[in-house]
Amino acid sequence: MKADPKGVLTGIHFIDGDHAACEGALAAGCRFIAGYPITPSTEVVERFAQRIPHIGGIFIQMEDEIASSIAIQGAMWAGKKVMTVTSGPGLSLMMEHIGLAAIAEVPCVFVDVQRGGPSTGLPTLPAQADMMQVKWGSHGDYEIIALCPNSPQECFDLMIKAFNLAETFRVPVFFMMDEVVGHMTERVVIPEASKIEITERRWSKKKPGEYKPYEAGPDMVPDLVKAGDGHRIHITGLTHDERGYPVLNPAAQKKLVERLLDKIRLRKDELVDVRQDGVDGAEVVVVSFGITSRVAQAAVEEARRKGVKVGHLRLVIAWPFPAALIAELSKSVKAFVVPELNMGQMVLEVERAVLGRARVVSIPHPGGTVHEPGAILDKIMEASGKAAPAPQGAAR
Amino acid sequence: MPRTEIRVGGLGGQGVILCGSIIGKAAAIHGGKHATMIQAFGPEARGSACSAQVIVSDETIGYPYVKNPDILVLMSPDAYKLFAPTLKPGGLVLYESELVHPDKNLPAGAKAVGIPATRFAEELGRRLVLNIVMVGFFAGTTGLLSYEAVQKAVLDSVPKGTEDLNARALKKGFEFGRETASARR
Repeated sequence: MKADPKGVLTGIHFIDGDHAACEGALAAGCRFIAGYPITPSTEVVERFAQRIPHIGGIFIQMEDEIASSIAIQGAMWAGKKVMTVTSGPGLSLMMEHIGLAAIAEVPCVFVDVQRGGPSTGLPTLPAQADMMQVKWGSHGDYEIIALCPNSPQECFDLMIKAFNLAETFRVPVFFMMDEVVGHMTERVVIPEASKIEITERRWSKKKPGEYKPYEAGPDMVPDLVKAGDGHRIHITGLTHDERGYPVLNPAAQKKLVERLLDKIRLRKDELVDVRQDGVDGAEVVVVSFGITSRVAQAAVEEARRKGVKVGHLRLVIAWPFPAALIAELSKSVKAFVVPELNMGQMVLEVERAVLGRARVVSIPHPGGTVHEPGAILDKIMEASGKAAPAPQGAAR
Repeated sequence: MPRTEIRVGGLGGQGVILCGSIIGKAAAIHGGKHATMIQAFGPEARGSACSAQVIVSDETIGYPYVKNPDILVLMSPDAYKLFAPTLKPGGLVLYESELVHPDKNLPAGAKAVGIPATRFAEELGRRLVLNIVMVGFFAGTTGLLSYEAVQKAVLDSVPKGTEDLNARALKKGFEFGRETASARR
């Protein structure tokens, strides 16, 4: 299915990542946002609130993030494509309803324009320190998908992918921006609507009476209906059967939770999205995501000029983590270098995949700005054995 | 053209961010180059310090911050005080000559060139267009961007109904910049 031209601002623009993310959502068919605007994500909803009355849809400024994260789910059951937009402090408040979106299988997008934390931290300055929170923040076992754009152009392009994945897998999808990507202005090319592929909702073809809201086919994802269209539906945060009614016993729990995990875990090969540069034959591979990937690229190029065989692997989809790919690389690579704007989060996943077969070097950063390319270069040189180890700093 | 780093500094209300944005837009949309802009983001409001960081390059831009700019575009004494010491040796300072008074604190080989942009803007009818005069001055003195590219960027950045005024402001700054540049040669 092609995008609705009403939501597509075709042309070449010079806009920041927040505005581009909004345009991506509109192009993807998002017609409902409930949010509680917060720096550095405010411009996303500011633009949406301006644009949506002309396109046909709703923006509601809610009383807080807790309400925002449940209002979007109500709108999804009414048939809309939905999203909410926040930063770390708001994301913390949304955790309860992220769990509900996972168990009730609500296709929706959560935008997190990451800033320094914990708590209110650094409102106007960048971090990438919510990476583990989006994976593990709500209680219980569940799977989500998380994407990491590194430019305003990707804020547009990947947002469409985020909405499409939410529909395909019926999971909350996290759009992990950061303050720099959100507030950096660059050229953004928005194609014609006819060039934008949109995944339609999995509408059930079953008649009322035949339809069961949580009956899944071979792909483990149940089809949807619109509340109020005549089908009997029941939505709950309790463990439920195929009819959606609570069934509180170990067998029902096993069946439901295993399906919630397997619909992502058994198809995670479809969800590998990385950008590889010079990884084949590399002795050192830098693993990065988001804004840090741009800073790391400068260091990678400098290291190559110094004669190091260094590759760069950028996570476009960070969750599910491409563990099999990293494990395969670890058989031939001497060391992985992992810079990130947090004190060492995704590096834990790299270590888990590498299983000691290669060295894993973390380059932590508490946030507030980005790494110096020189700091990444030093670690690449050290990992390659071409430079003496530098004195150890904080943390790892 | 190698990577050129630019810092635009002034006060909230002078159109500092728009000035940076137009330079970036002229390069990225109408000039066939890569450009990024980052605004110094804080509790800025009218009258307080404000700045934009712009990078223009033939190649993709990784590290997006400007630390030691090649070119400074300055519209307030505070911005001069803050950013003049960061200029690259041999760099260029473009300043509003009735607001900024350069001292000897510039790095070795640096050049400073002024324009009475606010007065020019007032003579054109609206003080508000001083930032567009500065954009024109930037294009005229540096030669980094073509007049056509900058003009297109101005015209699709300013409010409807003000195109003529802004086009005249751009031309005024550009011509003054060209004269200054040729006098320096």
